Amino acid sequence: MSVPPSVTARFADVVEARGEITVTVGREELLDALAWVRDHEGFTFLACVTATDWPGNDPRFWITYELRTMGGPVRRIRLKTGLSDSDPHVSTVTGLFPTANWLERETFDLYGVIFDGHPDLTRILLPDDWDGHPLRKDEPLGGVNTQYHGAFIPPVDTRTS
Amino acid sequence: MPVERVEGAKLGQSDEEIEEEVKRGVLTTSLDRAVGWARKQSMWPATFGLACCAIEMMAAGGGQYDLSRWGMELFRASPRQADLMIVSGRVSQKMAPVLRRIYDQMPEPRWVISMGVCASAGGMFTNYAIVQGVDSIVPVDVYVPGCPPKPEMLMHGILKLQEKVRTQEPFR
Amino acid sequence: METDPIIRDTSGEIRQETMIINMGPQHPSTHGVLRLLLELDGETIVNCKPIIGYLHTGIEKNTEYRTWQQGVTFVTRADYLSPFHNELAYCMAVERLLGVDVPPRAQILRVLLGELNRISSHLVWLATSGLELGAVSIMLYGLREREVIMDIFEAVTGLRMNHAYIRIGGVVMDLPDGGEAKIRSFLRMMPKRIDEYETLLNKNPIWLERNKGVAVLTGTDALALGVTGPLLRATGNPADLRKDSPYSGYETYDFDVITRTDSDAFARYEIRMAEMRESLKIAAQCVERLAEPGPVMVDDPKIALPGKLSVGPDGIGNDPEYLRHIMEESMEALIHHFKLATQGVAVPAGEVYTAVESPRGELGFYVVSSGENRPYRVKIRDPSFVNLQALPVMVEGYLIADAIASIASIDPVMGGVDR
Repeated sequence: MSVPPSVTARFADVVEARGEITVTVGREELLDALAWVRDHEGFTFLACVTATDWPGNDPRFWITYELRTMGGPVRRIRLKTGLSDSDPHVSTVTGLFPTANWLERETFDLYGVIFDGHPDLTRILLPDDWDGHPLRKDEPLGGVNTQYHGAFIPPVDTRTS
Repeated sequence: MPVERVEGAKLGQSDEEIEEEVKRGVLTTSLDRAVGWARKQSMWPATFGLACCAIEMMAAGGGQYDLSRWGMELFRASPRQADLMIVSGRVSQKMAPVLRRIYDQMPEPRWVISMGVCASAGGMFTNYAIVQGVDSIVPVDVYVPGCPPKPEMLMHGILKLQEKVRTQEPFR
Repeated sequence: METDPIIRDTSGEIRQETMIINMGPQHPSTHGVLRLLLELDGETIVNCKPIIGYLHTGIEKNTEYRTWQQGVTFVTRADYLSPFHNELAYCMAVERLLGVDVPPRAQILRVLLGELNRISSHLVWLATSGLELGAVSIMLYGLREREVIMDIFEAVTGLRMNHAYIRIGGVVMDLPDGGEAKIRSFLRMMPKRIDEYETLLNKNPIWLERNKGVAVLTGTDALALGVTGPLLRATGNPADLRKDSPYSGYETYDFDVITRTDSDAFARYEIRMAEMRESLKIAAQCVERLAEPGPVMVDDPKIALPGKLSVGPDGIGNDPEYLRHIMEESMEALIHHFKLATQGVAVPAGEVYTAVESPRGELGFYVVSSGENRPYRVKIRDPSFVNLQALPVMVEGYLIADAIASIASIDPVMGGVDR
């Protein structure tokens, strides 16, 4: 799959690798960019929203939007935007793609990224009174207080067996 | 009713001996023993499906394996009508208080089977989300290993539990 | 002062309050541990809020702490009713990062087991939704046929569920002796059984009453909410990744994408039944193609995890032939085995998104590598998770009893929803 010339003309940072197109945009232009690829390039279906965490880097969080076409052979495009550690805010895309609702809630729950303007930005997978955002790289795999009577799950590497 | 006799069982007679006496028209036994014998064949499990193991639990209740052969087919939707909880699958932190609450709603006497390695010890999911062994929340009578255990293994666990029920002292 | 909104029931009588009830997380009809907060006006649902996370397992985090090969073992447990599709989508992602091509015979086996898995998943759906709507015989029949597929899976992979059979670079091992015959006899038996179900259900007044016109989700709503799979195809949209974005050689198989236009629970039932027949068609073609022998794993000892197993005295064990090979014959093979088992394989840095058509819709894996021997990030885009978002749209305004049929028609697997 080659990059459509219109996409290269519209965006400054377009990378094609392993047959996948990745467009990197600043968070201010994210909504415009998503609306543009939806309305002009036919990527009408938002498949996935997620984040990756790169602590010690700036930007620390990369928010990824996977879009695809609907009807006929599928073409895909990925939009990415970076957020800094001190200001992990990005505007919600639920206005453009209602399906982003739960996907953004999940990203908030697991990474602590705030989606400004989201209709109901609450925890979705973890209990409401959970401390922290477990998929951040600086959170341990185990070794957390549980929600049940103050029990504790020891970290994996300190187990005896 | 040839039932394997538990080593060291000290209560009353064996099933064969009871059968013999029934044929003679007379039955003498201790109350403990009679209650244990009566209880073991009428377990009412709660429908408590969590994850992969729940599918195997369903399969065990289906036609091919047919749990009703051990008087276990009556899966109850309400914990208040059940006396056996089969914890079938991984128990998350979010589910743990719910699980305990359901256990508390079950009437005495009640038993718990921990089905599969996730419920028994957290299994491969040694992480923040999963309770590392359901025995930290509820007392477990029988652990069934496997990921998921085959229905035969669940049945083996159930038979073990029945042995336990038959030989335990009912009045504590 | 704010006043409560006035709600009128169907007879025009004014009601002043609604009732909020909590359904789940332990409820027989919620397919596992789904919880619904329902606001009811009498029997009518005014508001529905699904609450999920009761089976959150941390699979995505766990994969970051294990090698790429071990990742297969984790992802297969996400959506536990379609393990082969999870494994396939994950392995496709890693293979794209590595840039390896999978041998044709492995592709055929992947398709074959994936399609059998689609049937078994639809059978569990049929069994559970039958049970929920009161058709207990259908539950018994569905589980009966599923057992036959489980036998095939057990013979081929060693396990009934959570197989970890599809590995990076191919599949673990070829079909066992007699495996093909088992599959052929299943393919012969199954069409009649599907006829049987349809005879029981297609004109069953209760089944029709409970499913027709229930849980309607229009095509526009479905697309906006990201719904895929049988739910989307029930709106007349022939979206199927096997056709639209073929993988594993699906473009070379002859099958139809089933659509309906009624957008209701009954249309989804019809689609799933017809899809089982299509899957049988594909599986039959796979079996024909398996006549030609060939390797089932890439010929690269740095990637191909030697997982050759045989049934030993304890039921399962390493293949004695293979053990002899690494222990007595080839020092190089032993080194490769040791390196793979202890360190795994380093995957070039990059990010990919691969998707397959699981029984529930688009199952995507967004995988990021930082060049290490373990994943940096594995995100599972599970169709159950996204599809479940559409539940409020489907039940609001309907009766509470219809909520049961609606959940059943979405076919959510909570292991996939919560991961």
